[in-house]
Amino acid sequence: MNACPERIVHFMHEYLDGEISREHELELKSHLQLCVDCQKHMHELSDVVAFIKGAARIEAPNDFTHSVMARLPKEKSHAGVSRWLRHHPVLTAAALFFLFMSSALFTNFNDEQQFSFTKQANVIVEGETVIVPEGQVVKGDLVVKNGNVRIDGELDGNLTIINGSKYMASTAVITGKTEEINKVFDWLWFQIKDGAKEVMSFFDKEESK
Amino acid sequence: MDALVNKRIKQVLKGDKDAFAEIVDLYQHRLFQVCYRMLGNRHEAEDISQEAFVRAFINIHTFDQKRKFSTWLYRIATNLCIDRIRKKKPDLYLDAEVKGTEGLDMYSQIAAAEELPEEELIKLELQDRIQYEISRLPDKYRSAIVLKYMEELSLQEISEILELPLGTVKTRIHRGREALRKQLSKQPNF
Repeated sequence: MNACPERIVHFMHEYLDGEISREHELELKSHLQLCVDCQKHMHELSDVVAFIKGAARIEAPNDFTHSVMARLPKEKSHAGVSRWLRHHPVLTAAALFFLFMSSALFTNFNDEQQFSFTKQANVIVEGETVIVPEGQVVKGDLVVKNGNVRIDGELDGNLTIINGSKYMASTAVITGKTEEINKVFDWLWFQIKDGAKEVMSFFDKEESK
Repeated sequence: MDALVNKRIKQVLKGDKDAFAEIVDLYQHRLFQVCYRMLGNRHEAEDISQEAFVRAFINIHTFDQKRKFSTWLYRIATNLCIDRIRKKKPDLYLDAEVKGTEGLDMYSQIAAAEELPEEELIKLELQDRIQYEISRLPDKYRSAIVLKYMEELSLQEISEILELPLGTVKTRIHRGREALRKQLSKQPNF
């Protein structure tokens, strides 16, 4: 058998795989007629295939499906949410954007707890109360953050109070608009308006030049 | 069948866990059989084939529905089996020392044995003999032979399951057949 070309054994396997070409099959057949050893080899290989194919079908135990279902992980309550997020990437991105945006604004709102106000001539400050004294005229806008305002005199401009309250004396006069901001959403709105106003005034200045 | 399976997969993806039971029903015997032939005992085969289904369920969102589900499932199962065989090897010698271990059935004893003496072989029934000869194959050849002759899959499918080039699969099957031939020719009784 040592004298036989190696390709003959290869052809045997091609034959068993059902992938043998016409030429190879002819060469194999003519060789097998001449060579007893190769005949035996081929025979044994065919026996191997027959032997292995004689294996009985194996079936899973009766309660197999049931056991698998019992082994599946319990779906966590947030699994539905994560599935939704996976299926709606754009909405997820948008939601994340708003989350970060709003958290930034909220922190701003909560951080700025310090008392502050617009410096104007002839304004008196007592503790955290800004007072426009009686008989005085304050010219310009007045913004007070985290403090109160008492107006006894006259304010020639807008008044904005953030996180505070105002007391008006009977003699008080405010020529501009008065605004009190105490809630987060008012704060948000104010920020937006303020930003827009600044942009507008910037353009106004440009134009007046 | 693929259309039905894909429909069930979509249901599972939407959160309908019960739809998975039908998938298990469809593939349970095939998967259990591969694991049994690879591992050589029913107890381990049950554990590993169930684990394969659990993994499939957990990772179902990674399955590409344009592909064949059975191929994907077979791949999970054969990988688990090979892992199990490799982990088991060092303990084999330890186990071999212990006689009459409870819970281990005939097959696991056979699988653990390197080679049975001739007089024992003659006593084996044909089915046990087939399993014994398969369990003696190196695991590389074993997986290819089992998929080809027990599951009756095409060479192309086997190459996809084992993630090997077609040529490598052919070589493994050829070598597997030659190894079996040598195993069997040594036994005059066969």
